Formats: sequence, structure tokens, C-alpha cells
Amino acid sequence: MKTMLTVISNALCRITGKNVGARVAVTRNFADFTPQVTFDIKKCDLHRLEAGPPVKAELTREQGLQYYRTMQMVRRVELKADQLYKQKIIRGFCHLYDGQEACAAGIEAAISPSDHLITAYRAHGYTYTRGVSIRQILAELTGRKGGVAKGKGGSMHMYAPHFYGGNGIVGAQVPLGAGIALACQYRGNNQVCVTLYGDGAANQGQLFETFNMAALWKLPCVFICENNKYGMGTAVERAAASTDYYKRGDFIPGLRVDGMDVLSVREATRFAADHCRAGKGPIVMELQTYRYHGHSMSDPGVSYRTREEIQEVRSKSDPISLLRERMLSNNMASAEEFKEMDVEIRKEVDDAAQFATSDPEPPLEDLCNHVFSNNPPLDVRGTHPWSKLKSVS
Amino acid sequence: MPLNINGTLLRKQHRNHVTVRDALNQAMDEELERDERVFLMGEEVAQYDGAYKVSRGLWKKYGDKRIIDTPISEMGFAGIAVGAAMAGLRPICEFMTFNFSMQAIDQVINSAAKTYYMSAGLQPVPIVFRGPNGASAGVAAQHSQCFAAWYAHCPGLKVVSPWNSEDAKGLLKSAIRDDNPVVFLENELMYGVPFEMSEDSQSKDFTIPIGKAKIERQGNHVTLVSHSRFVGHCLDAAAVLAKEGIECEVINLRTIRPMDVESIETSVMKTNHLVTVEGGWPQFGVGAEICARVMEGSAFNFLDAPVTRVTGVDIPMPYAKILEDHSLPQVKDIIFSVKKTLNV
Repeated sequence: MKTMLTVISNALCRITGKNVGARVAVTRNFADFTPQVTFDIKKCDLHRLEAGPPVKAELTREQGLQYYRTMQMVRRVELKADQLYKQKIIRGFCHLYDGQEACAAGIEAAISPSDHLITAYRAHGYTYTRGVSIRQILAELTGRKGGVAKGKGGSMHMYAPHFYGGNGIVGAQVPLGAGIALACQYRGNNQVCVTLYGDGAANQGQLFETFNMAALWKLPCVFICENNKYGMGTAVERAAASTDYYKRGDFIPGLRVDGMDVLSVREATRFAADHCRAGKGPIVMELQTYRYHGHSMSDPGVSYRTREEIQEVRSKSDPISLLRERMLSNNMASAEEFKEMDVEIRKEVDDAAQFATSDPEPPLEDLCNHVFSNNPPLDVRGTHPWSKLKSVS
Repeated sequence: MPLNINGTLLRKQHRNHVTVRDALNQAMDEELERDERVFLMGEEVAQYDGAYKVSRGLWKKYGDKRIIDTPISEMGFAGIAVGAAMAGLRPICEFMTFNFSMQAIDQVINSAAKTYYMSAGLQPVPIVFRGPNGASAGVAAQHSQCFAAWYAHCPGLKVVSPWNSEDAKGLLKSAIRDDNPVVFLENELMYGVPFEMSEDSQSKDFTIPIGKAKIERQGNHVTLVSHSRFVGHCLDAAAVLAKEGIECEVINLRTIRPMDVESIETSVMKTNHLVTVEGGWPQFGVGAEICARVMEGSAFNFLDAPVTRVTGVDIPMPYAKILEDHSLPQVKDIIFSVKKTLNV
């Protein structure tokens, strides 16, 4: 069956000169693929927990393709942003997430859209997983009116229902996340808030104030530290007296998770969310992950770490490759399928970039708008006394 | 002795006098009852009945869910309050004094004030930050700073500074109902001062609009503009000056941001003289802003003299009573300044 289809597809390719062959090969009987596989995943290090997440994770073919698509989309969007930044079409801050995709994809797979999520400034991946289109993300980066925040926010200030950004001040999002969790508890709606921060922010005082109150009041808050080994240019060993970030919550139970494996992230997040929903209070999760880019686009990322280290992670632990290899070696999908998805995703990203570079900038009339919510129009002083501007909600 | 709504002494048997403290308490009680999304959090607000007893009785009535005692963690609990507001609740975040708000000022400015703008309207932050502001009595430098100018500098915030009980009640209710971050600057020395409250203010829907000043006293010769406790000082000065035939128009700003410059300008166009009075430091202060706005606007040509600012002395607040008394505007300073401005 397989060989015959390959022969037909090759022939069609030669005749038409187009890659119809890929589609032919893919339209073979899906019963050929394994619909579901149970994978072994790494056991998590535990802090103040009797038991942790399961050491096996079930993956259906559909889930696998979906997680792959999500991660690959985030990867391609970030690489496109890199390109646009170097062309000076994106300006200011741009903190890229490539390498960390399994965190965003795994977390979203474990929670529901009615749960809440807040993160820091390396936020493009979460903006996507929380439901914003890549057009609106890229157009926000290029500062156009079609951006999710109409060009007013930029890279670090994108929002969506139940997604609270995008926050520029290191660590400030952590008390905010606990406040969102307080609102969930107040309303009794069984929702949780996933509150992310980095290894750099883990040393902020406001985190410890937040841990104290979250534990005291048993807030349904999943605190997640994305430990990508470097706070800007400072390796974790040079910043933290204790790099066991999953233990830094002290009286709050914690777990340390392989952040490069989307299934580990998913199982751990599910476990953590269940813990909160059961009324047991907050929990701290450390995701061990890695970023390929420097801290931001102005950081080449090689003065404080070696190219060899980056290359090693890419070749041995890339989250997208890991998932693809797992699915291929278990016959859950074909190489052609992945290739076709890659092509589709690239095209989508190119289209979105096309939009993001051609959409007009926000109109000057919008300059002073959105200062206040639900407010009658306001006069705003311009750069000089004769410049009288108007602000509407 | 209780003061009536115009700040002058009340006749003995007037009912309906309410202290500023009780007016604030009534405002919060009514808003907690009206909207279940409203809640109060801060240090000692619940079981202690409030460090200054402003929230007396509320915990007993509404319980732990709506009146929340926090640990001494301003940055943490201010952030939690802002997050709760982002998620759709309507928190009242109390700072025991605004001096402690400096610990949390990033959450007030960067998380609360700027978010609606940065999100182009996707994310409102309906929160009230309230507490005593400015000088108290004998609490020295670290506990006496006025933050009106600091907060009023920032777009995205509303900054309110009530003087009497009616102001306190009506403005706090408006602040709680406002969908935006409001910094509500109370004054500890005013908490215990009773004022007559109007019939209207008894209604549970009584509110005073944010952004509108009030003429507390009409006059033709000079405009006095002030906020908070010093409105009372201005009225006292006006009473003394009236005996000498100088009639002062006293404007109670009520809101620092957005400032009702129009009311000031209308008054100046009538009186041709302007004196600002505040407890805060002079540099980059509320009075400085009023000077700049009047110069830039239609009232400038009506001034017969430069604007005079009466302010706190430009020093950290000392402790000894004689020094403290001389660190803040006294009634005689206002009288002196008016006469200098009028060149009499």
C-alpha cells in the first residue's frame, strides 16, 4: 500500500511539477497511524508534596499535531519578529521565546480558556496560546492600528480575555496574578490563575510578599517559574543563593519539571491546577527551559554563554523536534505531514507579516484615547499650550 | 465645635453633623452593600476596625470575604488589589498612610494607571487607593509627606482630595463607582472634625462628581484655591480678612487630577488676584501647576498681580511642636499673602 502510493505520488510530482505528491501520500488511510500512545515522562522533583504528576502521559494523534502546530507557529512568529526587528520594522524591546515553546503549549493544553494567565515581557507565545491571532501579534509589534492593542502597547503589552499581558516591570505581574486568583476564589468559580515569572524575577521581594498572602488565603494560583538559566546576562548561579526555584515558595509545595517536553509541562500543569482547584492553596512549578535568543534583540546572547551550549540544547532538547521524533518513531504521523504543516505555518506567518508591514500606523486622532474607561471625553494638553487634544474612552 | 457646610461655626442644636471619618465609613458601607464586587483590603482594616477607625464596624457587618486584613506587604497587596480589579472586582486598597504607598508605587502607576492606555481599552482597572495623606501631628518626616503632586503628575490616574464630610462621602462613592484607578487622599487631622451634611447627602445614591471644584465662599477681591485641610484655613483667613473689607472667594479643588481649571479661571477673571494654598512642598507642587495653567489660559490677562503660592516649608517635617507648626501654612500666612498680593 505504502510503496504504491509513493510511486503514484512521485509520478504526479513529475507530471505536474508541483508537490501534489505530498498531499497524495497524506491522503492514505489514517488507520495506518497510531491513534494514541502512552509516553514515559520524567519524574518531577518534589517539594512538600507526597506525590507528583504521573510519570506517563497519553498523547493522541490529534493532540500531538495540535501541540506541534502551536509550538511551530510560535517558533516561526518569533523568528519572523527577529527578521523584522533586524530590518528595523519592529523597534524598542523585543524579547523572543524560541526554545521555550513547550512551556506555553503545555500549559495551555492543561488549562481551559476560562482559566486565567499572566506573564512577564517574554509574552508573544502566551499571547498566541491565549487566543490572539498572529496577525494581531505581529501588527502590534510593528506598531500598526491592526495590532491587538492598536499599536499603543507594543511587544510587552498585549492582552486578551483571561490573559493579562505582557508586563514590563520584572516581578510586578506576580502579585497581579495572585489578585486574579483572589477574584476567582471570591467568585467561587473553580478557575485558577497561572502566574508566570522568570529565574531573574524569582529574587524580587514582591514575590515573597505574594507567596505569603497566597498561602495564607489559599489562593488558587499556580506560580510558574520559567527558568531559562539566565536573567538577562546573569547566570542563575550568580544571581540566586538557591537555584532550586521550585523550593523558593518555602511553605508552598513545589515541583520541578522538564520544560522542554510539552507532555511533562502539560501533566505537571494539570497536577498543579488540580491542586489549586481542590482548595489546597497555591503551588510553585519550576519549568527548566532554554531560550535560543539573547535576553532581547539588543543582546547577541553569547557574551555570557557559549555558542556550543546553545547548539547543544538545539540538537538534543529542542521541544519541537522532541515531539516530532516521538510521533514519528511511534508512527503517529508521517514526515510529510509535518513538512506540510511547516509549509502552511510559514505561509500563515508570511501573510501575517505582510499584514503587519502594510497595515497603517494608528491615526494621530487616537493619540490621547483610552486614558480612562467609561469616561466623558477629556481635554489633554499637547506639547504646547495651543495644542489642545481630545481623549475619548 | 461642629462646622457647618460652609465651614463656619454651627449653631448649637443642629442635627445632622457627621465627622469626616463617619462620612467615609458611610460611603464604604453603602457601596459595599450596593455592589458585591466591592471589597476593602489593607492593614488593620478588619478586626482592628481600621488604624484610624475609618472602617469601624464593616468587618462585623460584611465578614472576612469583603473586609480583608493584610500582612505588612504594601507592594504585594497593592498588586493583588490591582490584579483583582483587572479580573473584574472593585477593590478599595487602603494604605495606612500614603507614605507607605511609596513601597507600592510601581503597582499604582505601572500596573494600574497605565494599563487601560497600553491595552488600548481592553483592560480597565477599577480600583480605589485610599488613606491619609500629608501632615498629621508630631509624626515627623517619614510620616508626613503630601503625595498629591506625585500622583497627580501621572496620566491614567484620578486624584481626589476631599475637605469636609460631604466631600468625603460623595467623592469616595464616586471613586468607588469609577471604572478607573482613583487615588483618594484623606487627611488624618480631619477625620474627627464634624460637619453638617446636607439633606441630599443622606441618599444612598449621593455622589459628588470627580473633576469639579466647589466655591465654598463667594468674594470679589481675591481667589483662594486650596484642597483638603487647608480649605478650612482659607475660610478662617477669609473670615478675618472680611472684617477689613477684603472679600475672598474660596475654591475647594476637591479633585487634583483632572483639575477644574475652568472654575479657577472664572473666579480669577472676576477677582483679578490668585493665591494658592497647600500643605505640600512648593517645588513642582499643586500650586505650581495652578500657576502654569493660569498663565497658559484665558485668565492670565485678568491678573493684576502674579499668582502667590502658600505652601509647606521646603524641608522634611520636623518633630518639635514649634518647628512643626512653622513648617505648614498658618492662617496668618494666608492673610499676609493675600495682603501682599493685593498690595495692601
